[in-house]
Amino acid sequence: MYKYSDFDEAFVRERCAQFRGQVERRIDGSLTEEEFRPLRLMNGLYLQLHAYMLRIAVPYGTLRSDQMRQFAHIADTWDKGYGHFTTRQNIQFNWPKLKDVPDILDALADVQMHAIQTSGNTIRNTTVDHFAGAAADEIADPRPTAELIRQWSTDHPEFQFLPRKFKIAVGAAKHDRAVLRAHDVAVELVEEDGQPGYRIFVGGGLGRTPMIGQVVRDFLPKADLLPYLEAIVSTYNLLGRRDNKYKARIKITVFENGLDTFRDLAEAEFARIRDGFSGVDQDVLADLERQFALPAFKNADPSALSAAVAVDPTLAAWVARNTNPHKVETHASVTISLKEHGKTPGDASSEQMRVMADLADAYGYGELRVSHEQNIIMPHVAKADLPAVFTALAKVGLATANAGLTSDIIACPGMDYCALATARSIPVAEKIALRVQELGLEQEIGLMKIKISGCINACGHHHVGHIGILGLDRAGVENYQITLGGDGTENAAIGQRTGPGFAYDEVVPAVERLLKTYLEKRETAEETFLDAYRRLGADPFKEALYGDAKKNAA
Amino acid sequence: MARKFTPKVLTANDLLEGDVIYMTADGQWVRDHASAELIEDETIADMRMLTAQGQQDHIVGPYLADAKAGPNGPEPTHFREEFRTRGPSNYYHGKQADTSKESANV
Repeated sequence: MYKYSDFDEAFVRERCAQFRGQVERRIDGSLTEEEFRPLRLMNGLYLQLHAYMLRIAVPYGTLRSDQMRQFAHIADTWDKGYGHFTTRQNIQFNWPKLKDVPDILDALADVQMHAIQTSGNTIRNTTVDHFAGAAADEIADPRPTAELIRQWSTDHPEFQFLPRKFKIAVGAAKHDRAVLRAHDVAVELVEEDGQPGYRIFVGGGLGRTPMIGQVVRDFLPKADLLPYLEAIVSTYNLLGRRDNKYKARIKITVFENGLDTFRDLAEAEFARIRDGFSGVDQDVLADLERQFALPAFKNADPSALSAAVAVDPTLAAWVARNTNPHKVETHASVTISLKEHGKTPGDASSEQMRVMADLADAYGYGELRVSHEQNIIMPHVAKADLPAVFTALAKVGLATANAGLTSDIIACPGMDYCALATARSIPVAEKIALRVQELGLEQEIGLMKIKISGCINACGHHHVGHIGILGLDRAGVENYQITLGGDGTENAAIGQRTGPGFAYDEVVPAVERLLKTYLEKRETAEETFLDAYRRLGADPFKEALYGDAKKNAA
Repeated sequence: MARKFTPKVLTANDLLEGDVIYMTADGQWVRDHASAELIEDETIADMRMLTAQGQQDHIVGPYLADAKAGPNGPEPTHFREEFRTRGPSNYYHGKQADTSKESANV
């Protein structure tokens, strides 16, 4: 894994010291809130509904065990004993006090972490496929590329005041697990005639005006990545609208100017600046690829797992649901579910964090990942060790066998925490999970992505949920719109709104009607909800939601 | 014609703690919504806002929130403001967990 260079270390320490001084000057009155706000946001510190919130970057979702243990320490020392993992593979603490934040940042720097560029109109944390480096189906580990982008974009002088925030994702498998097409720019590792390179997408995004990213360059030679990205972001920086924040994201820039015009401008800029990149970036990348070399996998006989699974159906269910094929036959990637039924999606207590860190050390080569689906991943576990991992996770409520099932819900913090939210998300997710557990239908339903956002900004990715739920304020009452048919994979699609929204108490029964309609109408058990929706269209589901009478009115 | 003024309380967040605070009739900041001043006159509301804007060395983001008279003092009328008086619904954290009911000055 990547370790800080002396430059990184010095840079982060200097930023910590600067922020400590800024907090002191805010508290003694030398800085007004107007002056302080952009400074705190540059360091990931928001003021939310009930308290400050600190958002910490987990670069490309990759964590070492000591870093996870430090989160537990921060949670116990300066917060309320837990942390919240987010759809951007970051972690948020919901209750820090202003005067403690510099100490938290120092504690993060001790384990090579920070909160820089987790807010503001800059290039944010670069996200990747959470099985990166482990997945059997990837063509290469996308993390060296993501780390190269992190180094290039951090404190990039030209890109500190973009028209709006800017999100980049990197993937390396045909099956897109990183929601590439919902990002401002996405980079997919590909090969052409045996040569490594990238497919570049531009102009995706969710939020108020959801759009699927389009291919701006089908094959970019590997060495051209940074000048090409710089050309895209420069083009956007000049062309992007600053007059209206709702039209400031690159998706609108590309939409208003047309992909061809945008591409022509970006390619011209690329041609202009390309020679300025002397190749140092490629030396850096080669070094990063060495640093991301896989651990020396132990050679453990996986037959012990088969024996254990044969006599323990709960273990069998968990192994079937919560493991992913690994590039090494004797290993698997484990999804540690942070979605115990009735609990807050993405939350982990300090005790759970320590258990995950200890398990990573004992069975996972010290590595963990944060997934955008708000779970934790152990990327490399010998199959022979899965029973021991399962047993240890089960003791602390981390062995729910629901990865990819109905209760594996993405939910933003919503109006329980977020100052921008228009309705709550978390209790809706909790209630849906409890209800589906009560019905006992989860296994039968199979693959189901429910995603919930508490406002139009769509942090909960509701547009790409098979069932999407958007919480709004309708005349002073919480109201939930339902969308169907969204898809965050390589077949990306924006979900279609079904009709009028539902009151807070009506959402769970509405979702239940959708699930039961699917079970009634599907052709086979292998036909997923999304497949059935694509085959049948919206009508039977609208009928389930609104009844015959309202179908036409909706 | 201007819209009819509806009763308000003046609210903000505390600079150090981040907690939700309200202004009382005698100009103190407290943490309990019911102890806030229910402002029923627009001119007074404007004056209170000006006062608050001058106090930003220890408060953040003051604004006027709709409220109504209740048996124990002002009550919020919108669910967002109601949540702010309590805390989140997924954990017993925030104001709802604050056992010291005294109207601590900030």
